[in-house]
Amino acid sequence: MAETVLTHSGQSTARLEGWRGIAADWASDQRAFKNVSWGKAMMWIFLLSDTFIFSCFLLSYMTARMSTTLPWPNPSEVFALNIGGKHIPLILIAIMTFVLISSSGTMAMAVNFGYRRDRVRTAILMLVTAAFGATFVGMQAFEWTKLIMEGVRPWGNPWGAAQFGSSFFMITGFHGTHVTIGVIFLIAIARKVFRGDFDVERRGFFTSRKGYYEIVEIMGLYWHFVDLVWVFIFAFFYLW
Amino acid sequence: MTNAAVHMEGQLHAPAHGAVATGAVHAKGQQHPIKLYLVVWGWLFVLSTCSYLVDYFGLHGYLRWSLILLFMMLKAGLIVAVFMHMAWERLALAYAILLPPIAVLVFVSIMVLESEYTHFLRVLFFAAPS
Repeated sequence: MAETVLTHSGQSTARLEGWRGIAADWASDQRAFKNVSWGKAMMWIFLLSDTFIFSCFLLSYMTARMSTTLPWPNPSEVFALNIGGKHIPLILIAIMTFVLISSSGTMAMAVNFGYRRDRVRTAILMLVTAAFGATFVGMQAFEWTKLIMEGVRPWGNPWGAAQFGSSFFMITGFHGTHVTIGVIFLIAIARKVFRGDFDVERRGFFTSRKGYYEIVEIMGLYWHFVDLVWVFIFAFFYLW
Repeated sequence: MTNAAVHMEGQLHAPAHGAVATGAVHAKGQQHPIKLYLVVWGWLFVLSTCSYLVDYFGLHGYLRWSLILLFMMLKAGLIVAVFMHMAWERLALAYAILLPPIAVLVFVSIMVLESEYTHFLRVLFFAAPS
C-alpha cells in the first residue's frame, strides 16, 4: 500500500492521454501544463500573442491589397536582382529564406547538444545561429536600402498601390526587429552556456535563480518562431 | 505501522516529490536523435526550393496559390512539430497553443468581406479616370 502511495505522488508517467488527458490536465490541481516548466509555458504563451500581432499585420496587408483599385507592385520583379548579368526574380528573398532555415537547423542541433550537456558544441551552434541571424538582418538592410533608393516610401512607390510600401516596411521591419532581438538573446545565452553556468548551476544576474539547459530550448522556441513567421511572410507577401 | 508512517510521509512530502520529479524531467528534457533534425532540415530546404520555383516558373491563378499554401503549411507544420517539439508535448499544451490561432481565420473572413465592400465603393465613387 505504501508503494502505491509513493508511485502516485508526483510521478508523471501515469497521466491520461487523449481527450481524457486534456480534461484531466485542465481540471487538475495547481497547473494545467503538467510536464512543462513555467518558463517554457510562458514562452509558448508569448509566442501565441506574437502570432496574433503578426496575424494582424498580415491581415491589414491583405485588406489593403484586396481593397485598392490600383495594381499591386509585382514582388517577383521588385525583389529581383541582376547577378552576373542575369536577371533572377525574387532571388534575394530566396537566399534570405535559406539563411533563416539554416539558422533554424543549427538552433535545433544546439538544443539537442544542450540536453546532452555538451557545453562547447551548444555554445558554438548558438553562435552560428546568431551569425546566420545577423546575416539575415544584413540582407534585409540591403533590401530596404535598395527599395528606398528606388523610391519606395510608406506613402507611395513608382509601381502602383501606395500601401505596398507601408505594408512592406511594417511587416519586414517588425520581423527584422524580432530577428535582431533573437540574435542578442542568442549571444547572451551562448555566453552563459560557454561559461558553464548551467553545469555549476550558477545563479542568474537578474533573477538569482539557478539556470538549466532548458533555457536553450526556450531560446530555441523563440528562434524557430521567428523562422515560422518568415514562412508566412514569404508565402503571403513575397510569393502571393 | 511502517506502512502508515510512509503513507503519511508520502502525503506530507507530496509537493516536494512533485518538485523533484519535474526537476528530473527538466534535466532530461526533449531528447531526440540528431538524424531526425537533419531529415527535417533537409525537407525544409526542399520545400523552400519548391515554393521559390513556384515563383521562378511564374505559375498563376489557383495553382500558384494552392501550391504556395501547401508548401507554407508543410513547412510550418514541420517547424512547429519537430523543431519546436510540439509533437511530443502533452495535448493540454498543444491544443492551448494551436487552437487559438484558428480565430485568426474568422478574422480573415471578416476582413475579406470588408475589403471587397471597400473595393466596391472605391470602384463606384473614386475610379481613376482612364
